[in-house]
Amino acid sequence: MRKLSRRRFLKGALNGGVVTVALPLLDIFLNDNGTAFADGMPIPTRFGTWSWGLGMSKSIFVPKKTGPDFDLPEEIAALASVKKHINLYTNFHVFQDDAPNLCHHSGWVVLRSGIAPLTRENRPGETIDVAVARQLGNATRFRSLSATATGDVRDSFSYENGNSVNTPEWSPLRFYQRLFGDDFQNPNASTFTPDPAVMIRKSALSAVQEEARKLEKSVGADDRARLDQYFTGLRDLERRFDLQLKKPDPREACIVTQAPQDLPVGLDAGLLSTRHRMMTDLMLMAVACDQTRVFNMFYASAFSATTKPGYDKPHHTATHEEAVDPELGYQPNTSWYTRRAMEEWAYYVQALADFKEGDGTLLDNAFIYATTDQSFAKIHAIDGIPMFSAGTAGGRIKTGLHIDGGGTPGCRLGYTAQQLMGLDIQSWGDKSNNTSSAISEILV
Amino acid sequence: MLLTGCERQSVVSAEPPQSASPIRTRLLTDKQYVNTITQVFGADISESVLPPIPPMERTDGLLASGAAFVGVTSDQISQIQLAAATVAQKVVDEEHRDFLIPCSPESAIAADPVCAGLFLAETGRLLLRGSMDETRLAQLVDVASYAAEQTEDFYDGLALALEAILISPEFVFIVDSVEPDPERPAQQRLDSYSLASRLSFFLWNAAPDDALLQAAENGELHTPQGLARAVDRLLASTRLEEGMRTFFDDMLAFDEFNSLAKDPRVYPMVTGTTLEHAREQTLRTIIDHLLVDEADYRDLFTTRKTFMSMPLAALYDTATGDGWTRYEFDDDSPRIGLLTHVSFLAANSHAVRSSPTLRGKALRERFLCQKVPDPPPDVDFSTLEENEHATTARERLDAHNSNPSCAGCHLITDPMGLTLENFDGAGIFKGIENGATLDISGELDGIFYDDVDGLATAMRNHPKLSACLVNRLYAYGTGGPVSLRYDRDSLKWLENRFVDKNYQLPQLLRELALSQAFSSVRSPQAPENATIAAAGIIGPLSHTTKSSPSLAKTDALAKAGNF
Repeated sequence: MRKLSRRRFLKGALNGGVVTVALPLLDIFLNDNGTAFADGMPIPTRFGTWSWGLGMSKSIFVPKKTGPDFDLPEEIAALASVKKHINLYTNFHVFQDDAPNLCHHSGWVVLRSGIAPLTRENRPGETIDVAVARQLGNATRFRSLSATATGDVRDSFSYENGNSVNTPEWSPLRFYQRLFGDDFQNPNASTFTPDPAVMIRKSALSAVQEEARKLEKSVGADDRARLDQYFTGLRDLERRFDLQLKKPDPREACIVTQAPQDLPVGLDAGLLSTRHRMMTDLMLMAVACDQTRVFNMFYASAFSATTKPGYDKPHHTATHEEAVDPELGYQPNTSWYTRRAMEEWAYYVQALADFKEGDGTLLDNAFIYATTDQSFAKIHAIDGIPMFSAGTAGGRIKTGLHIDGGGTPGCRLGYTAQQLMGLDIQSWGDKSNNTSSAISEILV
Repeated sequence: MLLTGCERQSVVSAEPPQSASPIRTRLLTDKQYVNTITQVFGADISESVLPPIPPMERTDGLLASGAAFVGVTSDQISQIQLAAATVAQKVVDEEHRDFLIPCSPESAIAADPVCAGLFLAETGRLLLRGSMDETRLAQLVDVASYAAEQTEDFYDGLALALEAILISPEFVFIVDSVEPDPERPAQQRLDSYSLASRLSFFLWNAAPDDALLQAAENGELHTPQGLARAVDRLLASTRLEEGMRTFFDDMLAFDEFNSLAKDPRVYPMVTGTTLEHAREQTLRTIIDHLLVDEADYRDLFTTRKTFMSMPLAALYDTATGDGWTRYEFDDDSPRIGLLTHVSFLAANSHAVRSSPTLRGKALRERFLCQKVPDPPPDVDFSTLEENEHATTARERLDAHNSNPSCAGCHLITDPMGLTLENFDGAGIFKGIENGATLDISGELDGIFYDDVDGLATAMRNHPKLSACLVNRLYAYGTGGPVSLRYDRDSLKWLENRFVDKNYQLPQLLRELALSQAFSSVRSPQAPENATIAAAGIIGPLSHTTKSSPSLAKTDALAKAGNF
């Protein structure tokens, strides 16, 4: 049999959706070109998510042209400087099937977990970032990190299971202290001395694990699952202790800055922007320092309550109560909010592109998956929900494209992302959201 | 059948024979973590760490009830470990070791199993809320000894053993343990340590102290007299205030203040400090009224007595001295009861304007335990667009009442919310809105009134008001949401006892803590998940009442909503 090149394989296997070749996906997707640090160490792949609230104004958001050289309508004009780094996905659908359309909930839950929730209380069993972190997160201090620009600790789209949210970092100062406090091992430090306390901690863990196991036997099934999760967490702690006993590899882009000042609470768009940029800078420095390879940034919640100076309706209220301007063909204040979100998305992408890494940048070695909760929020529409990606995942993704999904499941992008990250899955999503069809147009 | 007064009395005075509550495994809440560390080691140690506990889901009206369901992610366990290391290091540092460690080692640079054992046995008993068995203690002493040898420091060794206690699931989770009830064949009850924990977290929101653990160890808690003695001691303690503050902060959903802000362009007088004081004002009023004066719970909705501080005085358009002082609104003031506090008014508004719908919703959900359904997804907003430039909120919200798909829910929130429209989004009184005099008449479940006084009185006399408090306290005390299937009779009995005791909170706390329902457990086979319920669900849609702060985040969602 003639040896397939990786490119040929992908084109053939993924276009149309039937994957029948039983090769380990991780190997298949490895980069032929072998991007590496100057010292020859391979550069790790990273996975990030980004989220904004309340969709788009379709008439001024969706480009007329697809493929490369797509136009940038006014609502996404802010993306001009990062257009070459991103892909825009439109006309992809989220399907509710027999589940109700839960306002501002069904959309993001499907795109992050693949499953349409039956009630507002249905949480995703496991979100995509958690699945990816199991694959990518074992070599870093944090399996994943989550941060929100809203200043609200309750804002997270990252779930380990229905009862366990990955709490986001919400305060810049606290985030800095967590990342670069006493526990931080600077990868570029000239010396490395393992802390004997870490070895003792590790040896003491077995007794704690034993207690957890003993306790599990005394409780009912639901509580046993929670204690089992705790036990799993203790094992992860052991992994982290092991990491602390090894000298970290140097990272050229890792430069720890001064601790930031904290910000007041509030959701004024300007304040939100400042907080988003501070949290982004911290998060990406953590990535550059290889403290994590999976990271979630939350710009605004699904029910975004961002406020605009001099306007008496927060973002979500505006989406519903503001009339569509008959001359403009869209809701001007609502669009103002979306434009602010696009400016922040551009900042985030550019910040990734500004970190030098090997012969390229951090963005070259990352894949960012950006989602929202509605397409046209005014009527709670979830068909044609827009998505973005950024980064080339180590040269394996083409960028600068506008992809028209033709009404296919939005879960295709999540599926493609998981395949890129090496997850051995044959399909992703439930019922009509299920897909085994990667978005082949973006694959190199 | 009609009952005479005496017959009625005898019916309500006996607790239903099957009263029992579920076995729970609860995660410590952040305040319970802090309070326990403070109780065992002191405030300066607890203040050195941020509690590493994830936020709870608000479940059937309480964050505390979410503790019975929430799991801990790997990332959160690493934060628990970091906090444990910080606490342990501070406990053994030179500043604290002399009064927190009950002995001195033979040598500070070597292991001392005897001294380590003494400290770990005492401290472990308080942190794990019961005596450790010998095997466990021996394991911890071994850790301390090994670590002392490795680090050549007795105290570093001790800290590492203490750290192991602080990351133990027995510390982080409050796990109910049961035993056969000798008084009731085939029934089970909490064992004495679990009963001590349930009592202590209920009334103090902290782990049991030494005296309560002793009462558990010597069997007193399982005697009627011993239990009453312990409960009365807990009720008489100053720590009761902390416990009840936490409960009411939770019941009123004051966690909202953690991320609450007002647009400074619209409300320049409202800062973060102002909002903190608004929260504090209401909690002080509640505690003073219920615990100090032991007054009727219902009167909280009509009392004009409160407390005032300098940052708040500007919002209330009054003068005050430094610090917190007692304050009473004039009889003709529009401020009457909790509903007219800045806290309630500001927390249930948008950042830039008031919201009659949010206020009405909060009134029903917080104080009457009713659930207001979410808007339907296909709601037609066109009439709201037409009313976008209405002069008053009442005109704007008329759209709700003229549209059948809106009216079903908005009629149960807007009429009472509109009565509070004389207060803007920051809770500041305004006589008119955009030049128009406001019509603040309204109706609450069949009671019509003309003004805020009327709303306050209607709330005070609402038949669900005291039942709701009983419901929430029962859930809070027993560690999870009530089940109408199993708890209905117990709740009714408790409500009757509350009425008999003139609606006095300390009496209700005592009745609940001494009740059979509190200490007896029902079969673990009971399907709890299917039976979570509030005192009432109103509106056109059927809803469960378990909500998620992170995803459903009911209140915050509504806040951003079209109200």
